[in-house]
Amino acid sequence: MAEITADVVAAHGLSQEEYERVLHALGREPNLVELGIFSVMWSEHCSYKSSRLHLKKLPTDAPWVIQGPGENAGVIDIGDGQAAIFKMESHNHPSYIEPYQGAATGVGGILRDVFTMGARPVANMNALRFGRPDHPKMKHLVQGVVAGIGGYGNCVGVPTVGGETNFHPAYDGNILVNAMTVGVADTDKIFYCAATGLGNPIVYVGSKTGRDGIHGATMASADFSDDTEEKRPTVQVGDPFTEKLLIEACLELMATDAIVAIQDMGAAGLTSSSVEMASKGGAGIRLDMNQVPCREEGMTPYEMMLSESQERMLMVLKPGKEPMAEAIFRKWELDFAVIGEVTDTGHMVLEWNGEVVCDIPLGPLADDAPEYDRPYVTPEEYKVWANVAPLGDVPECTDVGADLLKLMASPDLASRRWIWEQYDSQVGADTLQTGGDAAVVRVHGTKKALAISTDCTPRYCYADPYEGGKQAVAETYRNLSAVGARPLAITNCLNFANPQRPEIMAQIVGCLNGMGDACRALDYPIVSGNVSLYNESKATGGGSAILPTPAIGGVGLIDDYAKMATIGGMRDGDTIWLIGGHGSQLGQSIWLRTIHGREDGNPPSVDLDVERAHGDFVRALVASDKVSAVHDISDGGLLVTLAEMALAGGIGCRLSIDLNAAQAFGEDQGRYLITASADQFIENALQIGTVGGNTIVGVPLADLREASDSFFRDWMET
Amino acid sequence: MSLRSAVITFPGSNCDRDMAVALEAVSGTPAIRVWHGDATLPERLDFIALPGGFSYGDYLRCGAIASRSPVMRAVIEAAGRGVPVLGVCNGFQVLTESGLLPGALMRNAGITFVCRNARLVVENDSALFTSAYAKGQHLSIPVAHHDGNYFADDATLDRLEGDGRIAFRYAETINGSVRDIAGILNEKGNVLGMMPHPERAIDPAHGGTDGRALFESALNTLASA
Repeated sequence: MAEITADVVAAHGLSQEEYERVLHALGREPNLVELGIFSVMWSEHCSYKSSRLHLKKLPTDAPWVIQGPGENAGVIDIGDGQAAIFKMESHNHPSYIEPYQGAATGVGGILRDVFTMGARPVANMNALRFGRPDHPKMKHLVQGVVAGIGGYGNCVGVPTVGGETNFHPAYDGNILVNAMTVGVADTDKIFYCAATGLGNPIVYVGSKTGRDGIHGATMASADFSDDTEEKRPTVQVGDPFTEKLLIEACLELMATDAIVAIQDMGAAGLTSSSVEMASKGGAGIRLDMNQVPCREEGMTPYEMMLSESQERMLMVLKPGKEPMAEAIFRKWELDFAVIGEVTDTGHMVLEWNGEVVCDIPLGPLADDAPEYDRPYVTPEEYKVWANVAPLGDVPECTDVGADLLKLMASPDLASRRWIWEQYDSQVGADTLQTGGDAAVVRVHGTKKALAISTDCTPRYCYADPYEGGKQAVAETYRNLSAVGARPLAITNCLNFANPQRPEIMAQIVGCLNGMGDACRALDYPIVSGNVSLYNESKATGGGSAILPTPAIGGVGLIDDYAKMATIGGMRDGDTIWLIGGHGSQLGQSIWLRTIHGREDGNPPSVDLDVERAHGDFVRALVASDKVSAVHDISDGGLLVTLAEMALAGGIGCRLSIDLNAAQAFGEDQGRYLITASADQFIENALQIGTVGGNTIVGVPLADLREASDSFFRDWMET
Repeated sequence: MSLRSAVITFPGSNCDRDMAVALEAVSGTPAIRVWHGDATLPERLDFIALPGGFSYGDYLRCGAIASRSPVMRAVIEAAGRGVPVLGVCNGFQVLTESGLLPGALMRNAGITFVCRNARLVVENDSALFTSAYAKGQHLSIPVAHHDGNYFADDATLDRLEGDGRIAFRYAETINGSVRDIAGILNEKGNVLGMMPHPERAIDPAHGGTDGRALFESALNTLASA
């Protein structure tokens, strides 16, 4: 076996200090297989070594939380013996290198995290960040990512029901592809990953192992350099057809009592799945590498352990259940192999051709794992570094209609129809709403529905990480409330640049503090998540960091979907009400950026008590059937919100007041627009107009629709 | 009457449950689920549905591998006896690949997958599957496909037109289908293939119920037979 030199250690992404830890953990020099296993387990992607210290501070408990962070996905109780299981995960680096497969396998991976726990996936969501549209690579990246998400989700038959897409030059060299899956399970049929039971068989199912994706986790933990193109072979290739079979086979087996534990092979494949199962169970594990189903001949244990081939799972079965389980997997034309057993040694032992090729004590592998308290600058130092100052003078708006048209045609606000028409949003025949504030999917066979929203405003997070972190959580809370759902819990996908830079670390700490405070104030815990660091690229010139992007996926429950609200339900003659008062803050607004080319000022602040009170108020209105339409006010401010409602409802509105720039386009938080029949009086709200006609502030709806549709159409058809 | 219906599941079918739910919602009788590897169908079937999805991952050609499944020999035989057979989306592709319907379904003219509510026009209101509709009636039924661009040669198309075998046309541009064809019938009228998903337009919660009459047509025809 190859000698372990300093170069070999460095090639595995381990620092000298970390290699010392390996020597300590093992009490000897590792061989190459062992080094490979340490390197992936201690990669940022698998170990959270830079973020763990701060993640621990997040609130993860509530009476309805069945499983918080630490398993494949989070689990919450949705009543009637049912649970919602969900998580969001990044696939940023692979998607920049190979957008179709990167995005597709991102969807495949997050689906597996959810059905591993016993849930049938019922909805996919995503959160995408791209660079400036005129960047030479960007059209190709957008087309590839969207086709990849659709190609995978459509084939497996899980509806892709919503998401968000932003454009900013900070993502020119490092796009973000975050995918979220929500599933539903019975609370007495939830599966965990702890391997237990001395001698129980360890079973490999799904696709064969190939040489694809070797060291994907290590790649995802390094920033991009000029050799990005050469990294293409580390991107995995997805096979959604096999995933569909795997879902059905796993759920069929889960309906029996054969499974002790189950874990998908995601990042770091067989290594992380087997280590995690054995560690969680406080057990040991012995694998016979000769039994691993391989796609290619001559694969070594090193390659088998580090392969990130897709659509594979590892299970511990109860003894004697192998023939029954094998029959199910054979029926679905999938590989099934007993490859080892649970031991009580506390070691991971791999055998190959009768020899032990790896023997790692699992305790030290976990205990000696690096954890860094990386230095970060103070909020004051950060503001100086980020060049953020209070907003100075802002020009007044001379023609709100003209500005509205420009905003509706801008990349961040234009219609995403070009994207979502490529996703099957209806399969399952339970999709109740897409394209509004939150996607809503019926819990099959019940009158309950799950509402889902993914949100983050990276420009706010950059200007003020703490307020930005709060805002990302609050916006999902608001979006769920707007459709009438009770917000229950969130998952997150924390995308940041290099944590070894104190300014970036300040972004991480600030955002997490903000998120934590918001979650506590809103009784809205975090039950699962993922961290993606080193999102910066030298490939496009300069060490450009992405904007801090802690994407949040919120899940809420509607008890009776007959009472769901939409953004387009208003009728002619309804009155329009503003909840939360007029806007006054233009800092970091889309208006300021689009109309005046300025990205400055402080972002709008989030008053969490107000956020909660207004959410409660709106949900009560929806539940009592007092409103015909609801839309939260976010990007673009009040007028953009109103325009989106008008386009969805196909009817205009007459405002009874004149709006200045801040009132029209300010993005002050905690606000909603609602419409109600004229005989309703809405307390604590301002009546600002009535529904009717076919214009808004003098702009014909047809012009707004054309503006809204023009961006993607013109970009993609040229 | 109680409808004895079967929904076939191929590896990769993903609208099989939705089809079974729709059949039960309209007829009141649960559908029988049939596995592609079965060489025989349940006895005395009134209705066979080939659901949407990506059978065999759409590898080779959409529907091509599924059309060679053991169960398809039994479906072809049942169709020959006059049993109503509905193929939706991937099911339509399986029907053309198995020769039960003429023509082929190619990649959408716009290249990308398309999912939206499509406006359709009813062309034939006297068939087993369409009698509850009125000729010229506009429907809104969801489509979701990557390969729905129907093609056949002119002679075949003229024959389909002449025989009233075009069941539905698109009333808008969807996928480049020749003569805007969305669904066609076989000569006897007991086999219908269509790209739009009537099973996704059954319940008011779907946002529309225009698909319901398709199943009701079949139910009524069978009840009066």
